[in-house]
Amino acid sequence: MSTSNVVAPPGTQNPKSPQLRAGVKKNRRQQGRWALYLILPTLVLLAVVIGYPVVSAIIMSFQKDAGLDPATGLFVQGGFAGFQNYAHWLFQQCAGPNGESITCPPGNLGSQFWNAVFVTFFFTVTTVVLETVLGMWFAFIMNRTFRGRGLVRAAILVPWAIPTAVTAKLWYFIFSVAGIANAVLGAHILWTSDEWASRFAVIIADTWKTTPFMALLILAGLQIIPEEVYEAAKVDGATTWQRFWRVTMPLVKPALLVAVLFRVLDALRIYDLPAILTGGGGGTGNATTTLSILVVDQIRQGFNSASALSTITFILIFLVAFIFVRFLGTNVVRTQEAQQKGAK
Amino acid sequence: MTTVAGPAAATAEANALPRTKQKSKTKSRQRNAGIRTGISAIIIVLWCLLPFYWMVVTSFRDVGYTFDTTPWFTHFTWDNYATAFSTKLGNHLGQALLNSLFIGACVTIIALLVGTFAAYALARLEFKFKGIVLGLILGASMFPGVALITPLFQLFTNIGWMGTYQALIIPSISFVLPLTVYTLTSFFREMPWDLEEAARIDGCTQAQAFRKIILPLAAPAVFTTAILAFISSWNEYLISSQLSSDATQPVTVAIASFAGSQPHQEPYTAVMAAGTIVTVPLVILVLIFQRRIVAGLTAGGVKG
Amino acid sequence: MKAARLSVIAGVAVVGLALAGCTGGGSGGSGGGDASANLTSKGPITYVQGKDNSNVVRPLVDKWNAAHPDEKVTFKEQSDQADQQHDDLVQHFQAKDSGYDVVDVDVVWTGEFAAKGWLQPLTGDLKMDNSALLAPTVKSGTYNGTQYAAPQTSDGGILYYRKDLVPTPPKTWDEMLKDCDIAKAKGIGCYAGQFAKYEGLTVNVAEAINTNGGTIVGDDGKTVTVDSSEANAGLTRLTDGFKNGQIPAEAITYQEEQGRQAFEAGKLLFLRNWPYVYNLAKTDGSSTVKDTFGIAPLPGVTADKPGVSSLGGHNAAISVYSKHKATAFAFLKFLQSEETQKFFVTQGSLAPVLSSLYDDASLNTQLPYLSTLKTSIENAVPRPVSPFYPAITKAVQDNSYAALKGDKSVDQALKDMAAAIKTASAG
Repeated sequence: MSTSNVVAPPGTQNPKSPQLRAGVKKNRRQQGRWALYLILPTLVLLAVVIGYPVVSAIIMSFQKDAGLDPATGLFVQGGFAGFQNYAHWLFQQCAGPNGESITCPPGNLGSQFWNAVFVTFFFTVTTVVLETVLGMWFAFIMNRTFRGRGLVRAAILVPWAIPTAVTAKLWYFIFSVAGIANAVLGAHILWTSDEWASRFAVIIADTWKTTPFMALLILAGLQIIPEEVYEAAKVDGATTWQRFWRVTMPLVKPALLVAVLFRVLDALRIYDLPAILTGGGGGTGNATTTLSILVVDQIRQGFNSASALSTITFILIFLVAFIFVRFLGTNVVRTQEAQQKGAK
Repeated sequence: MTTVAGPAAATAEANALPRTKQKSKTKSRQRNAGIRTGISAIIIVLWCLLPFYWMVVTSFRDVGYTFDTTPWFTHFTWDNYATAFSTKLGNHLGQALLNSLFIGACVTIIALLVGTFAAYALARLEFKFKGIVLGLILGASMFPGVALITPLFQLFTNIGWMGTYQALIIPSISFVLPLTVYTLTSFFREMPWDLEEAARIDGCTQAQAFRKIILPLAAPAVFTTAILAFISSWNEYLISSQLSSDATQPVTVAIASFAGSQPHQEPYTAVMAAGTIVTVPLVILVLIFQRRIVAGLTAGGVKG
Repeated sequence: MKAARLSVIAGVAVVGLALAGCTGGGSGGSGGGDASANLTSKGPITYVQGKDNSNVVRPLVDKWNAAHPDEKVTFKEQSDQADQQHDDLVQHFQAKDSGYDVVDVDVVWTGEFAAKGWLQPLTGDLKMDNSALLAPTVKSGTYNGTQYAAPQTSDGGILYYRKDLVPTPPKTWDEMLKDCDIAKAKGIGCYAGQFAKYEGLTVNVAEAINTNGGTIVGDDGKTVTVDSSEANAGLTRLTDGFKNGQIPAEAITYQEEQGRQAFEAGKLLFLRNWPYVYNLAKTDGSSTVKDTFGIAPLPGVTADKPGVSSLGGHNAAISVYSKHKATAFAFLKFLQSEETQKFFVTQGSLAPVLSSLYDDASLNTQLPYLSTLKTSIENAVPRPVSPFYPAITKAVQDNSYAALKGDKSVDQALKDMAAAIKTASAG
């Protein structure tokens, strides 16, 4: 069953021998087959639950939404739409009264697209930065040995363990004008309707809720680092700050980057919290409308156009992830052998 | 692994103080660090627990005083908990709790199994298309979840799985898989694979070596992923609300269908009570698990 | 390579699945054929409704089941949120589910569901007798001249006021504004309604517009009429209220509960809300107005005509995909029967649709607001019965919210509203 009998431990054979090269090739193919079996369940699960809806959404995004037949008053299938749905979102093109193309007026969902993009990115950047910084702090504290550490860890998990719907209702309750937040601050802030107050309300609630997620992942990364590394650094005379930057950060980087990457992907799709907390409102009415809220609103008005919006969101998120992986070097493709080569 | 290339020589010279002075300096530095840790811990606990405290206070407050902002317990009553658990109006929070626990357990176990297989292949084996596979798995986390509801609803209706446990478990697994695979992959890559090689030379199969050597070392990652997966499925609402039936609904759906005694009335106090009920067992569960992580690691001699 | 081949096959399979399954997503008017099926068949049915807060449905269903053992009704309860109820119904209709026979529909969903061909037209064998019902409720269940939904409960807005400060309630908006001096002297807010950006805002704005003689869409449900001087006058009343401080600034965050809270805490002189506040204001422990509040119809423009309320309430409709429509029809009639309607009042404090019940003496003692509510509903105007209602309400909410906050002039807001509604129905 194992493949180890084909390849002898590294360094014991002539690297250029034809037998070794053939052996390596055969090993590769066996590895490839094994890899296939091991990865197949994952891919199948993802294909069925997510792949199928994505493909069907893309296909539907090129169909027109049902139009009203004036004679019967009933909806009839729209035909092929080409890129019309995409133009609706990206360029705010709506159908005018005489069938011509006009800019979508305020109150039409199309006019809110770019605002939603801004809001979504704003939320993502602020919450991820805050949660990363706070998460690191929490993780470091959780990593230290002190009495009552178990309780601190349990306390940190509480915000995240409460179901999102309950959290959203709780913060809605806290941030109501006559609620506890204003009572404690002695202020009269209109948390759910001021442009920036509503945004901060969402950010505060989201940070409170999701920092444990980051803290947990970073903690796992910290726990893998052996004590000896810190000892060696201390013996070498490194200060706390140097130890942090030169020792801890590089070692915790893989865990940290995975955490940040997934947090970014989740933040770009945020729906529950702003929807329940502010209904997407605030400011002139859309200060906290994220892309997912726009999708849900559009689904109630026309599913094909919503599919186009989902696809656009998907592409946007893909671009962000691509840039992230490219520039921050989440080099997840390297295998153990490449790692060994690199270490040499 | 990187080593510190700091101004070692200079600091070593500076540190050549008489021994007793060094000792007391270290002791006071340690005490300061201890105090700082203590203060940080207190601030963190307050930050995390204050809103929860407000939730608990509200849950014990008489519904006629829902909007009272007194910061401590007033108008104390157990009524809200009775309402939350009551089955008179078709709610069944107890059943929903069991459902959530069952679904969460299944999701966690299956996601860990499937994810570990995939992570092993991605971290350890060499094959073509690895980048594409990683990209596909990541891509599954990029589509807005809200848009998945309708196609999934139709899919599960067509195959007759509406309201079954499978219909709730399988989507949750898929939502949690990308993170599981990526986390485990990144941790597996950092494992000392030479230990596994040595074990194999000693006669273990690859699978045995993995299970006996690598897995224990990756325990923090595995348990962390388990907690993440469980809580993820615990929090899932959008899909469950459409695919579950009265018998199989999880807590998130059950709480969402709480209602006040009148239309338009928001049952805040009952929802807060339900939220408290739902959080406490979860925290206890996690407390148990995190002790395991610590125990496993100290046994293995790695920092815990 | 094997892996490559397998992945290609998998990819094709996924696309195939998608193409096969994608037809359900778009909405089609395919209900035509189904509308004539199963008109006379009887058998067990399922009744779908949102959360039964006051436990009225279960006893009624039990009563029906005892009397009709071969046509048992199963009660399927949805959540308490209107949006979730709407989406749940949409999912099941799109899937052509025959498991939903009779559905409870909010008054604003009639147009949308009817136009998508999901509701059984109540004509011919299924024609209902609406003579005993309050007229506006029937209007809310009618689309394009055909009745699709039978009213079962109703609701209207009423004015709550502090009778210790204002002995006679104002009959007109101008009178009410004069009473605001009393509020100012006491240091409390004068008037509030529901002004957060949600469906409640559409309700309040529609009331303001309709009271002043304007309309959002014409009688045909299609022509956009919101850009009129009457509508302008209506919306201006609200924006002026905010500007002049007669409506407190925080009212922009109010849904029903926040307004109730403020009124019970004694912070408001006048509140526009639904009848549910009555019982709570009298019984809540924290209510400071238990014996000092009264109710009245909404203020109008002139003293002889009360203000127009937006119609609330629920209708019951038959799904075209139902397999036992005769039973479903009988159940609809059961819901409208006098016994059932009385039970709605006594057990659930829900407003009935049978006009005779409003004059019943015993019911009036139980629900003191009943006669005020009757005036409110008699003069009520349903929100636009249109297949594009989600888009219309969005257009109204977005623009009036901006106007109330002072970010937009009323003229501009109404112009944009009209344009947005036009693009919605042009699509």
